[in-house]
Amino acid sequence: MQNEQDQILSEVTSGEYKFGFYTDIEQDSIGKGLNEDVIRTISEKKNEPEFMLEFRLKAYRHWLTMEMPRWAHLNIPEIDYQDKIYYSAPRQKAKLKSLDEVDPELLETFEKLGIPLQEQKQLAGVAVDAVMDSVSVKTTFKETLAEMGIIFCSFSEAVREYPDLVKQYMGSVVPYTDNYFAALNSAVFSDGSFCYIPKGVRCPMELSTYFRINAANTGQFERTLIVAEDNSYVSYLEGCTAPMRDENQLHAAIVEIVAMENAEVKYATVQNWYPGDKNGKGGIYNFVTKRGICKGDNSKISWTQVETGSAITWKYPSCILKGDNTTGEFYSVAVTNNHQQADTGTKMIHIGKNSRSIIVSKGISAGLSNNSYRGLVKVLRGAENARNFSQCDSLLLGDKCGAHTFPYIEADNQSAIIEHEATTSKIGEDQIFYCNQRGISTEDAIGLIVNGYAKEVLSKLPMEFAVEAQKLLQISLEGSVG
Amino acid sequence: MLIIKDLKASIEGEEILKGINLEVKAGEVHAIMGPNGSGKSTLASVLAGRDLYRIDSGEVKYNGEDLLEKSPEERAKDGLFLGFQYPIEIPGVSMVNFMKTAINEMRRHRGEEPLSASEFLKKMREKKELVEIDSSLTNRSVNEGFSGGEKKKNEIFQMAMLEPKLAILDETDSGLDIDALKVVAKGVNNLKSSENAIIVITHYQRLLDYIVPDFVHILYRGRIVRTGGKELALLLEEKGYEWVRKEEPAGNE
Ligand SMILES: Nc1ncnc2c1ncn2[C@@H]1O[C@H](COP(=O)(O)OP(=O)(O)OP(=O)(O)O)[C@@H](O)[C@H]1O
Ligand SMILES: [Mg+2]
Repeated sequence: MQNEQDQILSEVTSGEYKFGFYTDIEQDSIGKGLNEDVIRTISEKKNEPEFMLEFRLKAYRHWLTMEMPRWAHLNIPEIDYQDKIYYSAPRQKAKLKSLDEVDPELLETFEKLGIPLQEQKQLAGVAVDAVMDSVSVKTTFKETLAEMGIIFCSFSEAVREYPDLVKQYMGSVVPYTDNYFAALNSAVFSDGSFCYIPKGVRCPMELSTYFRINAANTGQFERTLIVAEDNSYVSYLEGCTAPMRDENQLHAAIVEIVAMENAEVKYATVQNWYPGDKNGKGGIYNFVTKRGICKGDNSKISWTQVETGSAITWKYPSCILKGDNTTGEFYSVAVTNNHQQADTGTKMIHIGKNSRSIIVSKGISAGLSNNSYRGLVKVLRGAENARNFSQCDSLLLGDKCGAHTFPYIEADNQSAIIEHEATTSKIGEDQIFYCNQRGISTEDAIGLIVNGYAKEVLSKLPMEFAVEAQKLLQISLEGSVG
Repeated sequence: MLIIKDLKASIEGEEILKGINLEVKAGEVHAIMGPNGSGKSTLASVLAGRDLYRIDSGEVKYNGEDLLEKSPEERAKDGLFLGFQYPIEIPGVSMVNFMKTAINEMRRHRGEEPLSASEFLKKMREKKELVEIDSSLTNRSVNEGFSGGEKKKNEIFQMAMLEPKLAILDETDSGLDIDALKVVAKGVNNLKSSENAIIVITHYQRLLDYIVPDFVHILYRGRIVRTGGKELALLLEEKGYEWVRKEEPAGNE
């Protein structure tokens, strides 16, 4: 029985990575290496105001004093930061007036990824900011949103057009001193999305950023900043893919969210960076700092993530529940297959009274992969009646993979109620056989079981993406029967 | 419909089925009885294609085709249904989703269009009534937290939904109260037609009061040692397996 399981397990993963193509496009990039001159060049190329350059240089100098964190349950090979390119942009005309001026190759790239940039072809109700390598290629529905006072544009544009907003909020949730990768990002970040929802406005469509790494040897460092003023609402979705390459590529991003009184921000990620091949060659190193602050009373921030890609994932979308009656949510499905490694989870920092948080983490490990949940629930002294509920489940396919749970709890207020539940289960050969006996193929059976297991999280995704995410889960696990 | 010839199968080097011969024709109901551990479930599993078991020799023809070379799902799609002795729980997968996937796979196999949502729900409703299964069960995840008897009823419900050609029911009557037993019988008798065949594996002759078999076989230590009509079950009830043991010819060990 063991032998047969091993045999099935070792069968080649048939789920080919669908987004592994590479676009041959003229690039404007600078040489390899990282130093102050490189940072000055990036800032110059982006025509940045002085305050940005200063921010970058401070971050860089701080980064030099730091060391790469080693506490995660990850085996991270040595990264040579001098061997990377820190700026690469698809070359295009200086100013784009209309879509006609966007390089057709670029448009085609995003078409292939299922992200048409022509507005008439758009998914109804989704505005997209497309970021390739280091720069934002095109933001759709900008004008429509602008009529409501909503700003949705590339980060670079925000730096130029809305410097005061950027100055006020950038680094206010994730300071450059926060951690090694945050410092690196703050020094060299190239672009990303910026979103501002004014008071009392409910954003009428999904906002979405699609990140694509294309160029070789290039790190991608994007930043997203979302500010939701009093009584506003926005739902945001982020998607990511990359070409298949033999070498590992570095991705270190920052997302900051600020929610004022009564504001609600939903942030969903479908992360599908190239995971490497079945032997563990290539793949993206994904080191991401995502954090939101529920600054005003009664505000709410909700993180939903479906993590299927990357060779290494190091990511803990967190909430600082500063206002009273605030709510933080974290819903996560993380799939690892073959040689992938993921150490992901969240931090819920309860500061305000009656603050609430919920954590639902569903890890799925297959192949030789390692999948860890790491979470902190911290209740500060003033957080009367704070509540947390955490549910951390692990599902194993086969017995060569690992699942780990590291929940940390620090409560400084007696009235806090913190509940933690954890389960570990296996997709049994008997479950698969039961499905087979009802005419359902093994691949479909795994799809059914995995989607059933992850249902609670998938149901939090915007409709349009839930279906895609379901398929993605199944594809990521193809060939990995346990 | 089903012809088993000298089927031998083993697990971890131990021979469990030691030469089974059995022929089941369309329209027939067969009962297989036998003491614990005699190989009844093994036979059922081997027929359904569970790959835990090694087929050492013999052949099985199902509707003229070699059954043993097909995958479990192909066998299912060809109309072979196994009611599990121990039905499996699949947390998070709703009965509705499970049944819909199964039925549409089978329809696709037959070159039919998938059922529309309303057709499917109508069918669910019909079959639920037939086997008197509560909606509170079919609205839940597959077998999750079901009681022993509920799981068995759910097997019959699935059988009714899938309308198999050959149903093998492995101790579906064990652990059922008398009302549930009647429901199982009703489900089986409803399926029964000149085109279908049913094999019931049971320890109790009382089931055979409701499902009247054409043949009763006694499986003993991996072999069918007796075949008869319904009266064989009565004889067994009266005399116990001790009787078979004594009667078994020497040299069969
Ligand atoms: N997975 C297994 N590993 C080892 N031995 C097994 C396995 N499955 C079955 N066997 C053995 O095969 C023999 C036949 O088992 P089987 O389940 O077919 O009996 P059965 O006739 O269905 O019994 P019961 O009436 O108790 O259900 C038993 O001795 C059992 O221990
Ligand atoms: Mg049995």
